[in-house]
Amino acid sequence: MNIEVAIVLGLLDGVILGFNIALVALGLSIVFGVMRIVNVSHGEFFMLGAVVAWYSVTLLNNFIIALIAAPLMVAGLAAVVDRFILRPINYNPENTIVVTIGLLFIIQQLVHIIYGPYSRPVTPPIYFRVDFPWFGYSGYKIIIAGISALLMVLTWFIIFKTKLGLYMRATQQDSEIAQAFAVPVRRVYVTALALGSALAAVAGVLIAPVQQAYYLMGLDALLISFMVVIIGGLGSLSGTLIAAFMVGVIDGIVSVFFSPTLARIVASLIVTLVLLLRPRGLFGAEAT
Amino acid sequence: MKLENRRRILTTHLSIILVLFLLQFVVPPFHATMLTRIMVFATYAVGYNLLLGYTGLMSLGHAMFFSTGLYTTGLTIYYLDLGIVEAFLLGILASFVISALMAFITLRTSGVFFLIITMIFSQVFYLTTLYFNNVTYGDQGFVLTGKLKPLELAGIIIDFSSNVVKYNFALTLFAFSFLLNLRLVNSAFGRILVAIRENEEKAEMLGYNTLGFKRLALIFSGIIAGISGSAYALIFSYVGSSFAFIHNSINPLLWTLLGGAGTTIGPLVGTGLMLYLIDFTSSLTPHYPILVGAMLIAVILGFPPGVVGGIRRRWLKWLP
Repeated sequence: MNIEVAIVLGLLDGVILGFNIALVALGLSIVFGVMRIVNVSHGEFFMLGAVVAWYSVTLLNNFIIALIAAPLMVAGLAAVVDRFILRPINYNPENTIVVTIGLLFIIQQLVHIIYGPYSRPVTPPIYFRVDFPWFGYSGYKIIIAGISALLMVLTWFIIFKTKLGLYMRATQQDSEIAQAFAVPVRRVYVTALALGSALAAVAGVLIAPVQQAYYLMGLDALLISFMVVIIGGLGSLSGTLIAAFMVGVIDGIVSVFFSPTLARIVASLIVTLVLLLRPRGLFGAEAT
Repeated sequence: MKLENRRRILTTHLSIILVLFLLQFVVPPFHATMLTRIMVFATYAVGYNLLLGYTGLMSLGHAMFFSTGLYTTGLTIYYLDLGIVEAFLLGILASFVISALMAFITLRTSGVFFLIITMIFSQVFYLTTLYFNNVTYGDQGFVLTGKLKPLELAGIIIDFSSNVVKYNFALTLFAFSFLLNLRLVNSAFGRILVAIRENEEKAEMLGYNTLGFKRLALIFSGIIAGISGSAYALIFSYVGSSFAFIHNSINPLLWTLLGGAGTTIGPLVGTGLMLYLIDFTSSLTPHYPILVGAMLIAVILGFPPGVVGGIRRRWLKWLP
């Protein structure tokens, strides 16, 4: 394999990964933007998506069901978490982190008990090869990019073109003033958490045929999303997208030439650099 | 502070150390080993609490400081055949260097950003230990058994394979960090940290260089964590990358919160309770991390001040 081919392959893999990371990080960013909280169990919602995909394909022989059921289930779970855990502690940022770490352990272990400690492959819903001049590429991966792009457009539409999105943006700017203007802030909170978590779940479903489904896969997704939101600026949606592709492409290229582990190390060095130059991220607001 | 209070506080702390010293003569070997572990990890929690409880900074990256001590001491003994004292001192030096570096990078952020960034760095450290697998043996780790040269101190030979030595070494380090922490938090330095925790802007308005104090707090905290890591390598003769993993950053957080963040005795109580609880549950089920998760949620929802914090609030208002 010569070097150009490797670069093209790395770029391609990186962009696909970028789409996937973007979905997860977008969810994290929406939740932070609206609620000012960091959900540490966000990665577990991603993992739940992948696990649901495995069950759906294995038991029902149907991938599409997972694509619909996983986000709904996870959104429901998020609503329960909001009602019984986050609301009682009044969305205090630090306490939220502690309880969502707790949730991370609980979700992980429950999946370990029910689904088992295995990393299981999920059959892709469709097989086809896209032939490039140098190699054939999995068509399914391109479908991932397509669906992800569709979901991003949908998210953009919800946030910028609907009344719900208006409420969310109002809450993001100032929840107290929003409340004073009759924005149902509590309902907006639940919806934002459900929406953000559902995005992670869909991303998990989509990536399952590529990465396999494993009960510990959530942490890695969480950490990459963290890097993305630090680079892009937490709460900035366009920054999140750009940073996701940056991290994805770096990951793709370094992984092809060296190792995925080194790719993470490199990505985190970039995070450091960004942090030193612009503590609020490349696209983050100057003050919160 | 009233003189009477000061005496009471000192007496309480010294008696706790005395009790820990005396326990080794009465408890069976199993519990002596447990207590050794508890004291090593309580030292870790004391360091963590200095940052969380007194400065109000929540880090998810202390595993990095702990493992810096662990790996520096472990690797220098394993590969360079260094003596215990040299390896231990190098461990402390390395954790000073790493925590100073982190103090300058991570404290450019605050709040949740600080937490995220410490977690990322810690994970990078973890990945690095895996990446250099041929040196560190990654997850599997390596043991120092047989590599620890006995120490000769004024004619007395101290052999680190002896359980008595292990216990008292752990006790010495714990007592040191416990009393140092008490001294720090009762000093002007400690009061400024609390002022930062309560209202950073106000502290800054009063003319304090809050960033400088936060950096110092992080460095102290990191060094204490590093000391416990070094001690772990010497006492338990095992070095592995699992100690650099995120779980080992969450542990001191839980121990501190359970015992009572911002109390001097809380970290010991929290660590003791949790280690015994984990020991008990892990014999019943491999899914014991569920307990860690449940405890994290339970403490925050049900009992935010923690055990010692609650005792202080209700009965012993003079406790530091």
